[in-house]
Amino acid sequence: MSTPALVTRALSKSFGSLAVTQNVEITVPHGARYALIGPNGAGKTTLINLMTGLIKPDLGSILLNGEDISALEPDARVKRGLTRTFQINQLFPNLSALEAVTLAVLERQRTSGVWWRRLPAFGAAIEEAHAILQSLRFGSDTERVTRELPYGRQRLLEIALALATKPKILLLDEPAAGVPKDESAELFQAIAALPSDITVLFIEHDMDLVFRFASRIIVLVAGAVLVEGTPAEISADPRVREVYLGKGHRHG
Amino acid sequence: MTIAAPPYSLVAAFAERSRWRAIETVLWLCALLPFWLAPTHLQLASQIAITALFAISLDLILGYAGIVSMGHAAFFGLGAYTAGILSVKLGWGEPISGLLIAGLVAGIGGYLSSLVVCRFRHLALIMITLGIGVMLHEIANTSHGLTGGADGLQGIRTWKFLGVWSLDIYGYVAYSYALIVLFACFLVARRIVQSPFGLALKGIRENALRMPAIGAPSQSHLRKIYTIAAVMAGMAGAVLAQTTETVSLEVLSFQRSADVLVMLILGGTGRLYGGMIGAVIYMLARDHLSGLNPQYWYFWIGLLLIAVVTLLPNGILGGLARVRALNWIREMRLMPRRRAA
Repeated sequence: MSTPALVTRALSKSFGSLAVTQNVEITVPHGARYALIGPNGAGKTTLINLMTGLIKPDLGSILLNGEDISALEPDARVKRGLTRTFQINQLFPNLSALEAVTLAVLERQRTSGVWWRRLPAFGAAIEEAHAILQSLRFGSDTERVTRELPYGRQRLLEIALALATKPKILLLDEPAAGVPKDESAELFQAIAALPSDITVLFIEHDMDLVFRFASRIIVLVAGAVLVEGTPAEISADPRVREVYLGKGHRHG
Repeated sequence: MTIAAPPYSLVAAFAERSRWRAIETVLWLCALLPFWLAPTHLQLASQIAITALFAISLDLILGYAGIVSMGHAAFFGLGAYTAGILSVKLGWGEPISGLLIAGLVAGIGGYLSSLVVCRFRHLALIMITLGIGVMLHEIANTSHGLTGGADGLQGIRTWKFLGVWSLDIYGYVAYSYALIVLFACFLVARRIVQSPFGLALKGIRENALRMPAIGAPSQSHLRKIYTIAAVMAGMAGAVLAQTTETVSLEVLSFQRSADVLVMLILGGTGRLYGGMIGAVIYMLARDHLSGLNPQYWYFWIGLLLIAVVTLLPNGILGGLARVRALNWIREMRLMPRRRAA
């Protein structure tokens, strides 16, 4: 098979005496839909922060399409195709949704440094931003400032900003966090409808969604990988039931 | 679901936002009024135009990129001393080239300090800009041979503008020159804030953490605008040196950095005209109030500052914009009723 999309080798990180990431070795093949699950404080977001370069690992390396990206800054990793979304909205409150996504498109095209031409001259970027928002069924509020958008739309905008970077690998940190259950399934439909050449690794607490949308599941406990497998294997694994699904399930 | 508007209207919406408005023409025509209405106050008008340019340069970094600087006078002073030293020490008093050289020197200073400044935010950033400003002030103070130190730089001779117009005691040429430089720099600043680069700066201001996550090289964006702002501040300083034919240490003072910050916040940040309106109000108030009582005029500026930031958090222009928005909302509410009637 071809080189995997994303590989972590012996990734480790400690904050003082607290080991938040311990010798994590993950291999995500091209086009896969992986879920990263684990109890609160298992180090899931930390792992995404390490992969995207927001924090530096104490040990280990990260490979993107076989290339070591451990030394690259976060924006350089995005340029290589590794993009994330945030569990807590990280948006641009006083920009409209369309402006924000247009900005992300311009950054990808490396035209964001152009100061001598006005924005209307970049019609193709604006149209692409509009198309991205519509592909997520964002609706007609694209010109409203972000802070006035309903929360569900803001979560869509989180994903739209990431898509505008044309990611090869998309890391979604609880994309449906705070979204009502009926809407969160809809949101995951949009994620499932992403082109199959985009590799997706997502963190999610709702097991129904995980089992529906993930091809494989990685279980993280106390900063280390406990087990990795297909949804069927994971749901049958007694260790997972013990630490994650709760002891009630053993008898139920 | 409603059918989304076709993309061409989206581009039109962006174009509409950056359109040159009639009110702008009116404002710039108002800037010509002193020639007829206050021909004895053209020196003051010239000072106001210089200060307005200085305020615009600060707005580019503060209002658009979110860099709070307490040492912006560093670049104003760098430009003023460059223009002055060119004339006094090197005997070169041609104003246009002097202006460009002063802008270049201030820009180099801006780029070098941006390497440090743009790595920091919040309190550390304020302290670093303050520190750079204070250091430059003391360097100028001790370099007596070059800058004249506390006595100021005397003996600047500004040659005829374009070989035709020499400075007159009323300030006709001085104000014309200051106004032309202001307008030219304003057009550049306006173009910047309406460009993709301007959008990226707003992105940094709105959420510096998200920018790298969409692949944005925030650091290089910040270094670039900090350098551009330094060039403009340096040009403002150069115009002051060339039109008054003297440079005092005051051009590098903390007071000047603080004053321009006050003007910008009074007028409203992030809208270019805010700094200009702030400069006009501040300079006129200073001229008028210090005439009444030279010692305590700052009391009234203090009161005005408190009133503006408590009542109009987005400055005077922000307040005006809100009034306009409220009117608009009221009209929108009335519309269905009108239709029903």
